[in-house]
Amino acid sequence: MMLSNYFPIPMSMSLNSWSDALSQWYLFGLPLGLVVIAAIPLVFIALYALTYGVYGERKISAFMQDRLGPMEVGKWGILQTLADILKLLQKEDIVNTNADKFLFVVGPGILFVGSFMAFAVLPFGPAFIGADLNVGLFYAIGIVALEVVGILAAGWGSNNKWALYGAIRSVAQIVSYEIPAAIAILCGAMMAGTLSMQQFNILQQGEYGFLHFFLFQNPIAWLPFIIYFIASLAETNRAPFDIPEAESELVAGYFTEYSGMKFAVIFLAEYGSMFMVSAIISVVFLGGWNSPLPNIGSFALNDWTTGPVWGAAWIILKGFFFIFLQMWLRWTLPRLRVDQLMYVCWKVLTPFAFVAFVLTAVWEIYM
Amino acid sequence: MSEYFRNIASSTSTILTGMGITLKHFFNAFKRKGEAGIEESGYFGQVDGLVTLQYPREAIPTPDNARYRLHNDIEDCIGCGQCVRACPIECITMETIKVTKADLETCGKTSGGQQKRFWIPVFDIDIAKCMTCGICVSVCPTACLTHTKVSDFTEFDREHMIYHFGNLSRIEADLMRKKAEEEKKAAPAKPAPKAKPAPKPKPAQQPNASSNNE
Repeated sequence: MMLSNYFPIPMSMSLNSWSDALSQWYLFGLPLGLVVIAAIPLVFIALYALTYGVYGERKISAFMQDRLGPMEVGKWGILQTLADILKLLQKEDIVNTNADKFLFVVGPGILFVGSFMAFAVLPFGPAFIGADLNVGLFYAIGIVALEVVGILAAGWGSNNKWALYGAIRSVAQIVSYEIPAAIAILCGAMMAGTLSMQQFNILQQGEYGFLHFFLFQNPIAWLPFIIYFIASLAETNRAPFDIPEAESELVAGYFTEYSGMKFAVIFLAEYGSMFMVSAIISVVFLGGWNSPLPNIGSFALNDWTTGPVWGAAWIILKGFFFIFLQMWLRWTLPRLRVDQLMYVCWKVLTPFAFVAFVLTAVWEIYM
Repeated sequence: MSEYFRNIASSTSTILTGMGITLKHFFNAFKRKGEAGIEESGYFGQVDGLVTLQYPREAIPTPDNARYRLHNDIEDCIGCGQCVRACPIECITMETIKVTKADLETCGKTSGGQQKRFWIPVFDIDIAKCMTCGICVSVCPTACLTHTKVSDFTEFDREHMIYHFGNLSRIEADLMRKKAEEEKKAAPAKPAPKAKPAPKPKPAQQPNASSNNE
């Protein structure tokens, strides 16, 4: 009896039971449970960026180019990222003399906060979500846009022409691509009739597994799915839309002048938002934490692979699949020109997003 | 308008083709690209797989006729000094002491049966300077100076790049030097012409063939 006052032991496996129990957990009158809830996505981002994000990307790119990738630190170079982090920690934190010091320091912070705050509404399985807002999806899309401010602050504060070019390109790109992305996501919201991230998952639950996912519930759902995926590439500045970073033209884009841990924070924010858009697309179109396996006769695969831990595994796996897709595209396609980028956004994605929007509305009303 | 849709169709198909190619390479990372050399018939067939060679642990063997690090077989060296003169960048340093008559037996002969007339306390090759042109090897009358197959001889200290081939210790060298001086003093007139013929004929023999040396 006494123990359960101090440690939140989940008694039931109902919706949000773990995060609810944690938020009720007070130690010495302090809401430490809320801190733990906030720390879990943070630790997750750090771990995933360290392992799958950096190491995985280097290995995947190496294999796609017939190379081996990092091989020297540890077996198969597994500890390479740790060595890199140690190096970054030792690096001098340079702030150039003519930089706008306030913006320069605050930029990476805003960038990371914008990317990290979106994780508040990310359902890590049926039992855990930071905040089950009824406008969760709207919040996620809105708060990620905060990154634009951070990018512009970093680029402007650096007082470097490359950084400023990168920042301006990035802002133009993110603001433009938010339109097709939002309209495509709206198609998903119309199918669900809700904006709550947990409700999305519950609506896609069922014994036939993947057949209940919104992608397969509607004959035109693939169109907003693809539009959102392409737009999300541009929003996270991933190739082929990586013109803000454009190594061959702009050194490193808006973070040219950054070194040491500020550079690492920008990297972390980038990998954080990569996972965030992948998680959003899997929640809206691919069932989030629901198992894609159907029940076949007496093999109740769907029931066996459903539960709080399974749910976390599924959503992380789906997120990682989309990140793999992003990396795969990065090492396949060359970079777009600025005008091509805007062409794709305004002349291709936006009209098709409107078409998808109207068709989804018609389907939802008459079918 | 039709061009608009044609562009979309072609970009979709080209993206899918490209992704197919990269995915094929991704899964080929499980195997190694073949070992066949350019002269073998299957060379162009082995396009898939990893190409990285993890150098210090695995290396392509250097061919048998490779010309890399210099080696001097000091037992065969007669100390003629042709290599020193031939070297365009002066990376060979040599010091010789004349062998006294009494010591000729001790000094011995080369494997070719030629009587050695010089002790060689110093024969240093600064391999860091060497550009492996091979001129020293071609002028060596006893073929004791050769290029070897060893291609990787990096060092942390530049001093270690100077290879010492001399076969006398410092004490021995001092002793031989003293002996040579004593003999010179004992017979000031005689040994001079006697010493000359030994190095002279050899330089004369070689240039005769090329005849543009002198």
